[in-house]
Amino acid sequence: MSDPVLEVTGLDVTFGSGPGAVHAVRGVGYALHPGEVLGIVGESGSGKSVTSLAVMGLLPAHARVTGSVRLKGREILGAGEKRLTAFRGKTISMVFQDPLSALTPVYRVGDQIAEAVRIHQDVSRQAADRRAVELLDLVGIPNPAQRARAFPHEFSGGMRQRAVIAMAIANDPDVIICDEPTTALDVTIQAQVLEVLKTAQRETGAAIAMITHDLGVVAGFVDRVLVMYAGRPVETGPVDDIYYRPRMPYTIGLLGSVPRLDVGGRRRLVPIEGNPPSPDALPPGCPFAPRCPMVVPECDAAEPPLEPVGSGDRRAACIRAGEIEEGRTRPGEVYAPSGGGRAGRPAAPGAGAGERRLPAPRGERGTVLAVDDLIRHYPLMKGAVFKRRVGTVYAVDGIGFDIREGETLGLVGESGCGKTTTLMEILELARPQRGTITVLGRDTAAMTSRDRMAVRRDMQVVFQDPLASLDPRMTVHDILAEPLRTHGVGDPGPRVRELLLLVGLDQQHAARYPQDFSGGQRQRIGIARALALEPKLIVLDEPVSALDVSIQAGVINLLEDLKARLGLSYLFVAHDLSVVRHIADRIAVMYLGKIAEIGQVDRVYDTPMHPYTQALLSAIPLPDPEKERSRTRILLEGDLPSPAAPPSGCRFRTRCPKFRDVLSDGERERCVDEEPVIRVLDEDQGAACHYAEKIKVV
Amino acid sequence: MAGFLFRRLLNYVVLIVVATSLAYMLAAGALNPRANYEGRNPPIPPAVIDARLTELNLNDRTPMFERYLTWAGGVVRGDFGKMVTGGSVNEDLARRIGVTLRLITIGLVLGSVTGVLVGAYAAVRQYGAFDRVSTGASFFVLAIPTVVLANMLIIAAVWVNGLLPQPIVYVSGEFSAGLTGGFWARAVDRIQHLILPTISLSLGLIAIYSRYQRNMMLDVLGADFIRTAMAKGLRRRTALIKHALRTALIPAVTYFAFTFGSLLVGTTFTEKIFGWHGMGEQLVNSIYTNDVNSVAAISCFAAFAVLVASLASDVLHAVLDPRVRVG
Repeated sequence: MSDPVLEVTGLDVTFGSGPGAVHAVRGVGYALHPGEVLGIVGESGSGKSVTSLAVMGLLPAHARVTGSVRLKGREILGAGEKRLTAFRGKTISMVFQDPLSALTPVYRVGDQIAEAVRIHQDVSRQAADRRAVELLDLVGIPNPAQRARAFPHEFSGGMRQRAVIAMAIANDPDVIICDEPTTALDVTIQAQVLEVLKTAQRETGAAIAMITHDLGVVAGFVDRVLVMYAGRPVETGPVDDIYYRPRMPYTIGLLGSVPRLDVGGRRRLVPIEGNPPSPDALPPGCPFAPRCPMVVPECDAAEPPLEPVGSGDRRAACIRAGEIEEGRTRPGEVYAPSGGGRAGRPAAPGAGAGERRLPAPRGERGTVLAVDDLIRHYPLMKGAVFKRRVGTVYAVDGIGFDIREGETLGLVGESGCGKTTTLMEILELARPQRGTITVLGRDTAAMTSRDRMAVRRDMQVVFQDPLASLDPRMTVHDILAEPLRTHGVGDPGPRVRELLLLVGLDQQHAARYPQDFSGGQRQRIGIARALALEPKLIVLDEPVSALDVSIQAGVINLLEDLKARLGLSYLFVAHDLSVVRHIADRIAVMYLGKIAEIGQVDRVYDTPMHPYTQALLSAIPLPDPEKERSRTRILLEGDLPSPAAPPSGCRFRTRCPKFRDVLSDGERERCVDEEPVIRVLDEDQGAACHYAEKIKVV
Repeated sequence: MAGFLFRRLLNYVVLIVVATSLAYMLAAGALNPRANYEGRNPPIPPAVIDARLTELNLNDRTPMFERYLTWAGGVVRGDFGKMVTGGSVNEDLARRIGVTLRLITIGLVLGSVTGVLVGAYAAVRQYGAFDRVSTGASFFVLAIPTVVLANMLIIAAVWVNGLLPQPIVYVSGEFSAGLTGGFWARAVDRIQHLILPTISLSLGLIAIYSRYQRNMMLDVLGADFIRTAMAKGLRRRTALIKHALRTALIPAVTYFAFTFGSLLVGTTFTEKIFGWHGMGEQLVNSIYTNDVNSVAAISCFAAFAVLVASLASDVLHAVLDPRVRVG
C-alpha cells in the first residue's frame, strides 16, 4: 500500500487549563491513504469535529493541541501560519456542517470560489472566475455562469453545500475533510449532495475523512470506519467488519439502537443505557464501562488501549473484545436482557416485548382525530412602507386523514412541506380556513372556549427541542404539576411521582431543574408533562430528532410502551422515515401542502406507490454496507418548489422521475392539467398519482 | 429601487412639511419677539415696534394663522424670512451650514473610523489588555457630559500652550481675526482652531462606535464563514479584514449616515463652547433672542437632514448588504 497522505497520531486537544480543563480529544490516530474514504463516527460530544478542526489548525488559540499530524510526510501540527495557509485549501480542504452560514453573506458565490482558486494559483481574475463556473457546473448547479453571480442567500441549503464542495475541490486537494456535510439537509437533498461528493472524489482522487453521526451515510460511502467515544477512538476497521462483526460493545450498541428502514414488524430497539460521560468528568478506566452491559470489575482499572483484534486491520479498545472475536460472546447477545450489567434499569416498569395487541380491527375502533380537506394559506406581503399582498403561501392545501384509538399516524415530509403547519392548526382547536378538524368527536369550528379547555385535557403535545419547551426556572415537579393545577387537580404530588416513574426517571429528580438533565431525560420530562392529564391523543412534533441515536432508541421504546399500556393514540410528525417505520401504524407522506401517499406503514414502506414516496425511501441510506452498495438510488432533481407558486396539476411533476423518464407526452398532459386526488388502490394504501404503481425500493 | 426611493422621498416631503409647520406654530406661539423691543430706555413707541414686527412678520397682534401663511408662502419660494436683527435667515444659515460642515465632517470621519478600528481590534483580542483599556476608556468618555469634556480639553490645551513659546492650538473661534499672510498661513491658522473641537467631537464618537463595532465584530467572529475563509487558505488577518470586518461594517456604515444627519444641528455644546458660529449655536441663540423665523428654519433644516440621512443609511445598507436588496 502506498504511503498515507494524512497520518494522525496521538492527537490530544485540551481546552482551558488547571482543574477546569476539558480534555476533548484523547489520543486519536488514523492514517488516510490516497483515494481512501474513512468514516469517523460518533455521537455528539465524542470529539469528532474537534479532531478535524485540530488537523486543519482551525481551533481557537486557547485550545492546546499535542501529538502529530503528518500531511504527505510533513509534520503540520504547530506549523506557522505561513506554512499552514500554503496547504489549507490546496492539499487539504474542508466541507462544513452548516451550509447556511458557511459562505460569507456579502460576496457573490462565484467570487468566493474564485478567491479559493486565486489564493493558491497564480491566475488572472478572469481565469479564476471561469474556473469557478466550471466548478459550479461540476457540482451540479444549473446555469452555473448565471448562478455564480448570485449571493449565498439566493441559494437553497443544498445548493450552498454544493458551492462549499466546489470551493473545497477548487485546488485539486489530496485530502477532503467533510464534517457532517449532510446533517442539516433533507434526505432527498442529502442523497444529491452525497452523489456530488462521490463525483468530487472521482474528479480529484482525494482521500476523504467523512465525519458523521449517521451510520447510514457512512455505510455506503466509506472504506474504513473509526468509531469515537468520549474523545477516543474505540474501534476501527474495514466498513464491513465494523457493521457485520463489531467487537466493541459500544459499536454493537450503536448499531443495535438505529431504527431500520428496511426491517418491518417492529424489532424492538436496544438503547444503550445512561448517557455519554461529560469530557470534564470521565469515569476511571474505560469511559464506556458505566453504560456497558458486559462490564467486569477489571474495566475500571485502566482505560483499555486500542489493540488489534483478530486478523486484518481491526482494532478495538475493549478488554473483552477478544472474547467476542472468539465467539464466546456473540455480538447479538451483548445487549440481550440476560446480559446483566450494572446499568440495567428497565426503560419503564412493566415494559413488555414490542408486540402489538390491537383490540379490534381498525374499522371498528373509534376515531380520535379526523382531519378533512384542511387548508392553511398565508398571505405573502411585500413592501416596507406600503405593505401589499403579492401572493399566497399554500402551506397546507387540502389534506385529510384520521387516527383511530390506539393508533399511531406518522406524518412525514421534507422541510417546508406543511407538516408543522398541519400540527399547529390541529393544536389551535379553532375554525380552520377551510375543511374540518374533529378531535374526539367534536368539531373545532363549533367549540366554545370551555369546550377547548376540556378537549386540551385529552389532547397533549410533545415538542422537538426538549430544552426550549421546558421553563428553565421551574423545577421538574412544578413543570409536571402545572397542567394538573390548571385543570383543577387538588394535590398533584402523588401523580407527579407516578409520572416520573412512568417515564423512567427517579422520583428524587422532581426537585431539580431542566438544565440538570441530559437531552433524553429532558424529552422524558416533556412526555411526562403530556401524560399528566391522562390524554387520549398525543401530538408529537419531531420528538426524537434532537437526540443521539443511542438515546433516541430509549425514548422511542418508551413511547411504544406507553402507547401499549395506556391505550394512547399518537400523531407523530417527523422527517426521519426510519423512526416512523418503527413507531407508526399508518403513515401519511406530505409534499408541498398535500398528502402524496397514505396507508398502512409496512405496505407503504415495502411497496410505495407514489413516485415521491419511492424517491424519499430510496434516498435514505441504510446502515448496511452491502445493501447500500448494491442499491440504485432514485435521485430527485432540484429543490422543493416554493409553496407560494406550486406547479399546476400534480405538484410533484417538476421533480418526478416518472414524469421525466417514463411517461409519454399524452400521459404527461394529464399530470400538468389535472390535480391527482388520493385513490385507494389497495387495502389501506392510497396515493395521489395518476400513474401510481407499486415498486420495491428499500 | 427607483420606485422605492421615489415613494420614500414623497413620504419625507410630507413629514418635513408637517414637522416644520408644527415647529413654526410652536415657536410663534411660545416666543415673544415684542419683548426684544420693550423695556428699553428710552422706550420705543409701540407704533414703531408694531411696524417693525409687522415688517419682520413677527407681530403677535396679527393672527397666527395669517403669519403662518405669509411665512409658508415665503418658504415655498425658498425664502425663510428675516431674522429679528433684520438680516436674511437664508444667508445666515447658509454661512452657518458651511461652518458646521467643516466641524463635523472631519470630527465624524475621524471619530467613526477610529472607533470602528478600535472596536474591531478589541473584538479580535477579546478580553486582552487592549480590549479592557478601550472598554474602560469608552465608558469613561460616555459618562462625561460634552460640556465637561470640552472644558477639560480647553484647560489641557491652555496648559500645553503655556509650556511652548507660542500657542499651537487655539481654544476659541474659527480663525484669528485680522490675520495677515498668504493661503498657507490662513490654512494653518484654521487647522489650529479646528483641532480642539474636532477632538472633543470625535472622542465621544470613538467611544460610541468602538462599543458598537466591537459587538458587531464579536457576532461575526464566531461565524462559520470565517472558518471557511481560513480553510480555503486565507491568512487569519486577511480573513478577518476581508470577510469578518466587511460583514460587520454594515451596521456601522448605516449608523454613520444617521449620525451625520443628526449632528448637523446636534453639535450645540461643542459649537457654543468653542465659539464656532454654526447651526447648533444658532438654534440656542435664536430661541434666546425670540427669533421665530430662525427657529422654524433650523427645525426645517434639522428635519430635512435627519430624513435625508436615514434615506442615505437605507441606501447604503442596500448597497453593502445584498440580503436586504429586493428584486
